[in-house]
Amino acid sequence: MSAEQEILLDVKDISLSFGGVKAITDVSFNVRKGEVRAIIGPNGAGKTSMLNCINGFYHPQVGTISYKGEVRKAMRPYVAASQGIARTFQNVALFRGMTTLDNIMSGRTLRMKRGFFWQMFRHGPALAEEIEHRKRVEEIIDFLEIQAIRKTPVGRLPYGLQKRVELARALAMEPELLLLDEPMAGMNQEEKEDMSRFILDVNSEFGTTVTLIEHDMGVVMDLSDRVVVLDYGKKIADGTPEEVQNEQTVIDAYLGVPH
Amino acid sequence: MFYREAGQFKTDYKSDSAVFPILQDRVGIAFMIFLALVVVPLYGWSSSSGEFFLNGIMIPFMIFALVTIGLNILMGYAGQLSLGTGAFTGVGAYACYKLITHFPELNLIVAVLMSGFFAAAVGIIFGLPSLRIKGLYLAVTTLAAQFFLEWLFIRWEWLYNYDPSGALIVPDITAFGIIIAGPSANAVVKYLVVTLIVIFMTWIASNVIRGRIGRSWMMIRDMDIAAELMGVRPLAAKLSAFAMSSFYCGVGGAMMVFFWLGAAEVESFDINHSFLFLFMVIIGGMGSLIGSFMGAAFIWVLPIIIKFLPATIGIEIYPSTVEHINLMIIGGLIVFFLAVEPNGLARLWQLAKEKLRVWPFPYA
Repeated sequence: MSAEQEILLDVKDISLSFGGVKAITDVSFNVRKGEVRAIIGPNGAGKTSMLNCINGFYHPQVGTISYKGEVRKAMRPYVAASQGIARTFQNVALFRGMTTLDNIMSGRTLRMKRGFFWQMFRHGPALAEEIEHRKRVEEIIDFLEIQAIRKTPVGRLPYGLQKRVELARALAMEPELLLLDEPMAGMNQEEKEDMSRFILDVNSEFGTTVTLIEHDMGVVMDLSDRVVVLDYGKKIADGTPEEVQNEQTVIDAYLGVPH
Repeated sequence: MFYREAGQFKTDYKSDSAVFPILQDRVGIAFMIFLALVVVPLYGWSSSSGEFFLNGIMIPFMIFALVTIGLNILMGYAGQLSLGTGAFTGVGAYACYKLITHFPELNLIVAVLMSGFFAAAVGIIFGLPSLRIKGLYLAVTTLAAQFFLEWLFIRWEWLYNYDPSGALIVPDITAFGIIIAGPSANAVVKYLVVTLIVIFMTWIASNVIRGRIGRSWMMIRDMDIAAELMGVRPLAAKLSAFAMSSFYCGVGGAMMVFFWLGAAEVESFDINHSFLFLFMVIIGGMGSLIGSFMGAAFIWVLPIIIKFLPATIGIEIYPSTVEHINLMIIGGLIVFFLAVEPNGLARLWQLAKEKLRVWPFPYA
């Protein structure tokens, strides 16, 4: 945490609504370079909508998002990808017709430059490029310990492994900011521990900044450096896990308040 | 027992990512190419029924396989439904006809490949709706391409050089010193030209599909939201799939007229042909090149075999009865195969190979 004060992503006063439904109201928070930042909140709090705004799927009607010090304009998701933002999904969004290897290779799409001509013959530069990226992908496969399922179509994999392949695919993009939407959802204790270890390893070995949404409070409190809490689209708390845990508004949001 | 990869070790990524990583498969494909390029032409050249065998079965089979690969690129790999295949083959055919009649000194093979570019351009234009419309609704918009182009092929008389019959009629065309198309061309020559083009273009397709471009098509097919997030531009991916698919259809259409039919009218590019190619893709297997050949064989070659089978084994039936029985058998087989394996013949083939690898000890 040496570059502690450098801010990678700064969300300022954004509001997002779909017709009459207000998904996010005046939320501000920032993500520092190199930290693990958690977004938590009860169901329907606007967490995934927040990630979608950062990704460029949704465009907030009010407020600005600045990334690496520059205020972003409304843009398409592939621009966010080219700026170094990768993402996993709440419901596994793997390419089901492809093998594990192809899925992870697809993360290298933006880094492959050879044009149609060389691809047609799969010789010379195109082949060299393919092999070069394959090497990088194999490193990620080793890192996440999924060598055995390299050639398996992802549709045949159990859920826990699919989640891991999805993480591998995001890592193949070599992102600066990794957005994880409920990486532990539906996992058993052991799988959660594995996934937590991978997230911490990614953070410390590659220096990737991680922003994650998670419902397992034990995981959130152990993994994250800072936590932002949303409820009904509004920010109700922001700070270190200990601070957030003791905040009365957070306890009220999760446990309910007697009227 | 014989189909084993035991002992075949890969020591680099190049050999690991080959199309046929297993030796037995490489031998198999070499054998198929040998059959296609040596045995079939020899049979066609020496046998008395060889002329019919080539002109009536093998040449159309090869051409249909190529068009099916074209449609498979769009449907099976990029996941965009199309019912305009027949019209796109027509664009290639008319483009090639115009090229040949305006520039008679142009080499026919060059003209055939060039006509693919015209089809690709038309394909891109009619692919534009795919950016907004998905699935069955897209199929309906490509239907517009089918009807519009069919209308154009009749009304724009310049396309068929104001011929009163409205047909494209292929004259004798010489290239490399031999007549390769037209009424007096030898069937063996035509077959070899078609087969070489088809093998070459299949190889190109398999390269593109395994590379970055093919992967971006499959990403769009399987999960377009995630694809966009990984940096795939939907516009570029979808339109390039339409372009390449239509290129293949266009080349197929040009070959249909010049190497098979000899004379063609707009009926050769109608909606029935679009459905024919669609069935070939579905029966053969979406997203499989080998399936494209299997589908074309199933829909085109099998009916012919059934048609001539009773006569060869000495049973006398009225030709019309054979025709009816044929329809029933083919229809029944389509239902049977789709019930057994909805993903087509290619998938059955793949499953058979997987079983064979562990046979006879599947649990060992």
